[in-house]
Amino acid sequence: MTAPFIRIENLRKVFRVSGRELVAVQDVTLDIRQGELVSLVGPSGCGKSTVLSILAGLLSADGGTVEIGNAENPFTPGRDIGMVFQKALLLKWRTILDNVMLPAEILGLPRRETRERARDLLQMVGLGDFAEAYPQQLSGGMQQRAAIARALVHDPKLILMDEPFGALDALTREKMNLELLRIWRESRKTILFVTHGIQEAVFLGSQVAVMTAGPARMADQFHIELPEPRHLDVKTTEAFGAYARRIYGLLGLS
Amino acid sequence: MGRYRGYLYAFLAHVGFVLVWHFAVVWSGVPKFIMPTPLDALRELFEPHYNWGTHIWVTTLEVFGGFTLAAVVGVAMAVLFVWLPGANAALMPLLVTLNMVPKVAMAPLFVIWLGFGIVPNMIIAFTICFFPIVLTTYRGLVEVEPELINLVKSVRANRWQIFTKIQLPGSLPYLFSGMKVAAVLAVAGAIVGEFIASDRGLGNFLLIQQNMLNTGAMVMALILITLIGTALYGVVLALEWVFVTRKEVAK
Repeated sequence: MTAPFIRIENLRKVFRVSGRELVAVQDVTLDIRQGELVSLVGPSGCGKSTVLSILAGLLSADGGTVEIGNAENPFTPGRDIGMVFQKALLLKWRTILDNVMLPAEILGLPRRETRERARDLLQMVGLGDFAEAYPQQLSGGMQQRAAIARALVHDPKLILMDEPFGALDALTREKMNLELLRIWRESRKTILFVTHGIQEAVFLGSQVAVMTAGPARMADQFHIELPEPRHLDVKTTEAFGAYARRIYGLLGLS
Repeated sequence: MGRYRGYLYAFLAHVGFVLVWHFAVVWSGVPKFIMPTPLDALRELFEPHYNWGTHIWVTTLEVFGGFTLAAVVGVAMAVLFVWLPGANAALMPLLVTLNMVPKVAMAPLFVIWLGFGIVPNMIIAFTICFFPIVLTTYRGLVEVEPELINLVKSVRANRWQIFTKIQLPGSLPYLFSGMKVAAVLAVAGAIVGEFIASDRGLGNFLLIQQNMLNTGAMVMALILITLIGTALYGVVLALEWVFVTRKEVAK
């Protein structure tokens, strides 16, 4: 068995807010294999986003260790991260294609090849006909697809998603869940998916990590064994329900 | 409402205004030296000894020059404030205080400092109109989604890249709203300058004609000043269309 792609051990992060210490993350331990889609689920303020920021290199940890990359898949910080947030954060003065190109532009990747790749990615996320459109012309779901294409354009090894479908209506969200699974299968990326949707976490994740708030700590982590590829009807199965109940229990909701 | 119908309505409103003016003067019997009709005013334009060309040129130069200077200095200052928070903390409040000083009242001082002519008037126009540009541009530059900054920082964007790719283009709508306010002020500034210290320009011409109670020429000068301001406003709108609106209203 190969070494995990990401090893997080006893991760700890403390914020100092007006002289007081606020523990944002405590005792988070998590192993993620290359090509895995891991859901990080928990209530607001449980430190999920802080974990993402540390992985992205935007924040430094105050304790514990974070290692990304292994022998087969070396990880270059600042090069191998793609991010998707709740807001699509598309630049409204750029076309969709130019928006998708942004990370590659910042990294200084060759322009022509990147353009090709961006077009392919737009095709993959179902926006092939919208390359020259401006963000305002797209629906929320379509904008979020563009944001996913943007996260993939520089071919990073790790995609960090912070409640990417949180602002979408329920039906669009279901659709985007299916899309994400398809994109994940096609791209074979390692994805860390932060959500507070329990159903979403179980449906998407090959592994689920559950975090609780106050103090922010990790409650449990387990693999989800559901038939692949997953379809929406898996949500009505007993196995799915059992996973969901387990998370409800961990979050003190049952 | 279609765009062209909107233009038509706007045009008709202007024509209507001129007609109301004309017939109000004609029917009320107000003497011509109190209020000329639009035609009386227009007739003054064909008096060769008025040197309209020179006056129009001088005022246009002052208005556009002062405005351009304000746009350049205003944007530069806003950028400086964003890059150096210390400068912002120290200078922004000072700027607000200085902006409270009525520039019109300062014009006589400017005359002492800078003398007569086009350049001093340009500078008066500049001082009146540069503040809104600094203020709005600064706001536009700092108003960036923090998550967007995180996103580009995750691929190690440097400060310059964040500035050129996100902050600067993002500030354009703000810059243009500041420039629209500034365009109106620039005209006022240039005319005040000409009132106080000038031997040329439409403001100066206006005062000279006042001494002769030549209302027709005064109104014509006023119309020309308005047209200069409108032209400047039009240039700003055109630039805004090219750099902002065109993309945001894309259908």
